[in-house]
Amino acid sequence: MSRVTRDQRRPWTFYVLAGVFILYVAALYGPMICIYILSFQDIRGGLVFPMKGTSLHWFVDLFTQARTGDVKGSFDRSIRLALAVTLITVVASFLAGLGFRRGFRGDGIVFYLMIGSLVAPGLVLGIGVGLACTFLGLEAAWYSSALGAQLSWTLPFGVLVMFAVMSRFDGRWEEAARDLGATPAQTIRLVVVPVLAPGLVAVGLFGFTLSYDEFARSLQTAGSLNTLPLEIWSMTLNVTSPSLYALGTVTTLISFLIIGLSLGSIVLIQRRRAAGGGH
Amino acid sequence: MTRRGNLAGWLYVSPLVLVLVPFFVLPILVVLAASFMETDGFGGIIPTVTLANYAGVLTSKLTLDLYLATIKFTILTWAFSGIIGFWVAYFLVFHIRNPLIAIGLFLVCTVPFWTSNIIRMISWIPLLGKEGLVNSTLIGAGVVDQPLEFLLFSDFAVVVAYVHQLTIFMIVPIFNALARIDKRIVEAALDAGASRFDVLRLIVLPMAKNGIALGSIFVVSIVMGDFFVVKVMSGGGSASVVGAFYEDISVLQYPPAAASAIVLTLVLTLVVALILRSVDIRREITR
Repeated sequence: MSRVTRDQRRPWTFYVLAGVFILYVAALYGPMICIYILSFQDIRGGLVFPMKGTSLHWFVDLFTQARTGDVKGSFDRSIRLALAVTLITVVASFLAGLGFRRGFRGDGIVFYLMIGSLVAPGLVLGIGVGLACTFLGLEAAWYSSALGAQLSWTLPFGVLVMFAVMSRFDGRWEEAARDLGATPAQTIRLVVVPVLAPGLVAVGLFGFTLSYDEFARSLQTAGSLNTLPLEIWSMTLNVTSPSLYALGTVTTLISFLIIGLSLGSIVLIQRRRAAGGGH
Repeated sequence: MTRRGNLAGWLYVSPLVLVLVPFFVLPILVVLAASFMETDGFGGIIPTVTLANYAGVLTSKLTLDLYLATIKFTILTWAFSGIIGFWVAYFLVFHIRNPLIAIGLFLVCTVPFWTSNIIRMISWIPLLGKEGLVNSTLIGAGVVDQPLEFLLFSDFAVVVAYVHQLTIFMIVPIFNALARIDKRIVEAALDAGASRFDVLRLIVLPMAKNGIALGSIFVVSIVMGDFFVVKVMSGGGSASVVGAFYEDISVLQYPPAAASAIVLTLVLTLVVALILRSVDIRREITR
């Protein structure tokens, strides 16, 4: 085989693997698309195809019927919780990323604590947090114990993303700032944060979506009021109408909105940089 | 490293530590403590020291069955997500020539990770159900004349749901590992007469090893620590380790559940430690 043909013609494996890839993506999105479609049935609708009519009946049902639970309230709580988790995750992951990069005595312990928190079964941690609240005489609630339990999951992810982001960060930019007389605080504010901005948006994306969909760690820690995934969970066990699918459509729309905003702003920041001739 | 430098480092990670201590270390210790206590039968816990909970967990035949079932799901999920994840990552790195398109396709694989797992799981119902799309297609095409019952509410459905959710945990680290391979090494090997299979065996697989190990840690720990996929997708036909102690919790039997949770945590730690022997995870992640 000559070099020319090797470089220009696609080997047969390309077509096989392209097939595998297409099948994978179809299996990834296909089922989700099915439930979005089925959520738009009319009142006769069931859980499987064929589609029976088209209407927004199940969306109205979702927000007005008592038997589907407190969907509106849990939406509200989940979004507030996710915003709080996002904010804390971005700040704490950024600082931890800086700390790990400097290195310090005992950083290995913190690193393995973080990995432990990532791989520990969520329900076990949830039970522990719930029991700790009982022992200490504190009331579990979505804005306190569930917030902390979710952070034990989103923060390790956030720091892992920071590692990936920082491995591309050039330390000479900081040195240059220092040589020009910037204080450490100024260096972080005027050099490090702007350079890492796209990465910080990515950390925020992980923080929001992982909190917004978090289930196992919230189950024993959210107290008497449900977050949205807990509401979806109880609907999965009790509700056998397309309103379950309607909820799936609505919650996925919100996730897609957040993903779109995050990826969009990352692209925007990069494009601005390219236009401005870099930093 | 100076003492001041150490202090500054700890200051930077202090918010992280302030979350990990009360919400990871403390809960594990509380569960450990509760596992040695007694239940009063009404949801209360009597603070004594007893090994009865462990004796109960370790001598029950049910425990062995639960672990066998959970290990079966773990191995099947790990194998399928690993094989699919490797070839998807390989395709994106070595067959897509335009890096922008490769990143775009990579994102297409990642987007569902940022949406609800529960919704993605139940979205298999309209496809795999008795009157679902797969069965009606098969019957319509004349392949089968009875709907296939094993598709939904079965072990098959559990594995499908896990692989659907977790393959991304294989794709990302393997993609990262493969993307670091210098393409010139591959070129050189081909020029020196290696076949593409040799390249795969002698260059790509060794380089992918760390990515596979990292992905395995995620997949194994998530499947072993999970219960809701088994509960919903098996239709109650299968049980899992976590599912069993979740049942204990719902009837407020905390100490036996705690003992079972500690045993699971130890097993999981052992498995992860075994995987870690083959990869320096810290170097892999931070470089």
